Amino acid sequence: MKRQKKLVGALVLLSAFQGLILFAGFFAPYDFAAQDREQPFAAPSALHFVDRQGNVHIRPCVQNLEDPGPGAQGSRADSVRCYPLHFFVRGARYKIAGLFTSHVHLFSVEAPGHIFLMGSDAYGRDQLSRFLFGGQISMLAGLLAAILSVSIGIIVGGIAGFYGGWVDELLMRGGELFLALPWLYLLFAVRAALPLHISQWEVFLLLVSVMGLIGWARPARLIRGVVLSAKQRNFVVAARGFGASDAYLLRRHVLPQTYGVVITQITLLIPLYVLAEVTLTFLGLGVGEPMPSWGSQLSALQQYYVLSSYWWMFLPALLLIPLFLVFYTAADALQEIHQAVTL
Amino acid sequence: MGKNYSWVKCLVLAIAIAGACPFSPALPWQAGEERMIADGAPGHAGGRLVVALRSEPKTLNPALAVDETSRDVIRCLTADLIHINRGSLKTEPSLAKSWKVSRDGRQYTLELRQGLHFSDGEPFTADDVIFSFQVYLDEKVDSSQRDLLVVGGKPIVVVKVDAYTVRFELAQPYAAAERLFDGLAILPRHLLESSYRNGSFSQVGSLSMAPNQFAGLGPFRWKEYVPGQHLVLERNPYYWKADHAGNRLPYLDAVVFLFVPSEDAQVIRFQSGDTDVLSRFSAENFVVLQKQQSVKGYHLDDLGSGLEYNFLFFNLNDLASKGLPEIAKKQAWFQDVRFRQAVSAAIDREGIVRLVYGGRAAPIWDQVTPGNKLWVDDKIAHPARSLEHARELLHSAGFFWNSGALLDAHGNPVEFSILTSSSNAQRMKMATIIQDDLSQLGMSVQLVPLEFHALVDRLQNSYNYEAAVMGLVSGDADPTSEMNVWLSSGETHLWHPNQDKPTTPWESEMDGLMQQQLVTLDYAKRKRLYDRVQEIVAEKLPVICLVSPNILVAAANRVGNFRPGILVPYALWNIEQLYVQ
Repeated sequence: MKRQKKLVGALVLLSAFQGLILFAGFFAPYDFAAQDREQPFAAPSALHFVDRQGNVHIRPCVQNLEDPGPGAQGSRADSVRCYPLHFFVRGARYKIAGLFTSHVHLFSVEAPGHIFLMGSDAYGRDQLSRFLFGGQISMLAGLLAAILSVSIGIIVGGIAGFYGGWVDELLMRGGELFLALPWLYLLFAVRAALPLHISQWEVFLLLVSVMGLIGWARPARLIRGVVLSAKQRNFVVAARGFGASDAYLLRRHVLPQTYGVVITQITLLIPLYVLAEVTLTFLGLGVGEPMPSWGSQLSALQQYYVLSSYWWMFLPALLLIPLFLVFYTAADALQEIHQAVTL
Repeated sequence: MGKNYSWVKCLVLAIAIAGACPFSPALPWQAGEERMIADGAPGHAGGRLVVALRSEPKTLNPALAVDETSRDVIRCLTADLIHINRGSLKTEPSLAKSWKVSRDGRQYTLELRQGLHFSDGEPFTADDVIFSFQVYLDEKVDSSQRDLLVVGGKPIVVVKVDAYTVRFELAQPYAAAERLFDGLAILPRHLLESSYRNGSFSQVGSLSMAPNQFAGLGPFRWKEYVPGQHLVLERNPYYWKADHAGNRLPYLDAVVFLFVPSEDAQVIRFQSGDTDVLSRFSAENFVVLQKQQSVKGYHLDDLGSGLEYNFLFFNLNDLASKGLPEIAKKQAWFQDVRFRQAVSAAIDREGIVRLVYGGRAAPIWDQVTPGNKLWVDDKIAHPARSLEHARELLHSAGFFWNSGALLDAHGNPVEFSILTSSSNAQRMKMATIIQDDLSQLGMSVQLVPLEFHALVDRLQNSYNYEAAVMGLVSGDADPTSEMNVWLSSGETHLWHPNQDKPTTPWESEMDGLMQQQLVTLDYAKRKRLYDRVQEIVAEKLPVICLVSPNILVAAANRVGNFRPGILVPYALWNIEQLYVQ
């Protein structure tokens, strides 16, 4: 029962988060590419109920410097204006799940005011908006790539473990060879061979296939190990004695044993692939500017001046920690429930 | 107390660099030694300066070094005949105490200083000069300096007049001839002639050789090298420069080069006091360093714009034989000067200055930066960003808009990609800003960050690109250092290199102007010629110049006589006069 609760809790949190990401356009106040060139590295906007002049506002507001216009003099404090928060406002156009176009945003402030709840990046782009939109690419790419690697892993590992002998040797040595390849240089070659113009959709597929194809060897080894022990268990041997075919044995008795490994592998690979995107972006294989991705948001932290001067650039990374923890929790609960059922 | 302190310092040094203390003291002046008086304020002798290098020098052989770190070290070990003063950007005597130019501008007669010695004590004479130029001009040595010494298609002829007089004969008058000598290190004939004759010259200067196998006329000589850690140079006790008080320079006992591979790591080492001088760092790190400036005992200098210019350019190569039909089709846009002018008008240069450089850069509209005061053309217009003007230009060139997207006269959407080097954060940022600027004109621009070598391969060999953001750093303020960029036959004529004959009338005009300024001796006339080149660049926009970053340097407060300049090496050019308090 406790396990069920844990699972339900994790799943609720996960779906809430996925909902935020799916409807990123609605929850994000700005377009992910909109640059406010007057506001590079703006600190997160604080919401106030009482402004500097002491007036009380019912709506929370953000205090921004009013642009005094060219040549204007005066202290900065005088030109601070309170921009109240508005809900369900019209703003930049966006698409929901790539299908419906809309321009209603949950919240925003009137221009020239600006609200950056997670601060702004080097180009004055809203970090919150970029985080939400970036999740669309990173989550999906990570998930698909993880499923791809693990699927290849199941096929290769399952066959190798089940049949053993020279098949096993061939597949596993092949896998080791794959692990030993100098990937960085191969990816340079891949980039050089590709046309310069790649559409966003192609970039996405490329990202998924590169990450998925590189990563299959480790899950394949783990799954082979599980299959190797599973096929010698008494009920499998018995089923074979009753004349069950290889395909039936694999499907009905052996591969279900790998369930735990598969689930943990997928949940472990997703965060790994979010990080892998940093490298791929550096090689020109990732999603390019101005498309956001978690990988590109994290890569900003590689620079010393960002690390030492702008704490809010850590926020995307900090938000990812609970997200991945929820992922692990869900996987953990799934595996525990599965074990409880099978035992 | 003072004595105690220096003893402790010596001990600390000895621990830091095993066996490196004591360093050899400066020798007293000898009769007949024609010393040169340096113009800095007098300092005091002793101490060491610690500087970080981005990588280990590949070689200490002046004829073979091509990388910047090797050259940084070689500059401390060697001296040239005529030197460009990094403060004034003008030439000044160095090993040559004076020189005469023949009336036709083709013969330079240099008087050498007498009584000078290499760092191993051997005397310096005209034979060393003859030998050095023989090496630089030898095609078998394949020195990168050779190109500089070929004037009008013929190598410079070097003639020994007497033991302290050398004559250089040029095939044609050459405006910047004096500047050629800057950085051309004089080699020790007594040490290197045998290896040059027996063909082992390429091994000279490797870091594994013993310190006594190389000697120079620079302020320092090689003391110790620990792979992966540091390189130590000690005072050259025979150095030929003196301060106003008549003390033999350099002041420093030693210079220690630490190998610190990344800019961020160098900034951190400097911040923590491990190194004394820092140059070549970004405006962002300047801001980081500024915060602790007063507490940590160092100071920062913003020298204003240097000689680096960054630009966007389009592929204007002849692609007929390259099998790139897609790009060739787009060249119809790129070749239209109105298209390039529209792109230039749409780019927010001020935004780049602010966002990429935090204000520490200058917007530019042609290749000569405001820092190059001798050659900048004040008549070049600095039009503000104007999307309306850009739209007018595009409209007049037959482009039109359909629901926000820009289409050409045939109805094709205007889409292209811009390449940048993924390891250069500043240019990546520039390209991102340009992408956003051009999207406001309805152009769909894709950024393709590439690893640097892959990028250069596309720009120089396969021509498989549409546009790119690049930067060049002039080696000298003089336009002669830019010959290979503006001549249509030049290798760095990036938008269409190595042309057999100029493709466009304006490239042909530029070729003529560049060739003419090369052989014109009068500065005012040359200035007019090069002004015209700048006007062509600003009008025809083969490269759309964007910004020139400021030269930023930092030094610990204890370093005296620190006077950085905008030419490389920005900070250490007067290392013989630097001292520590």
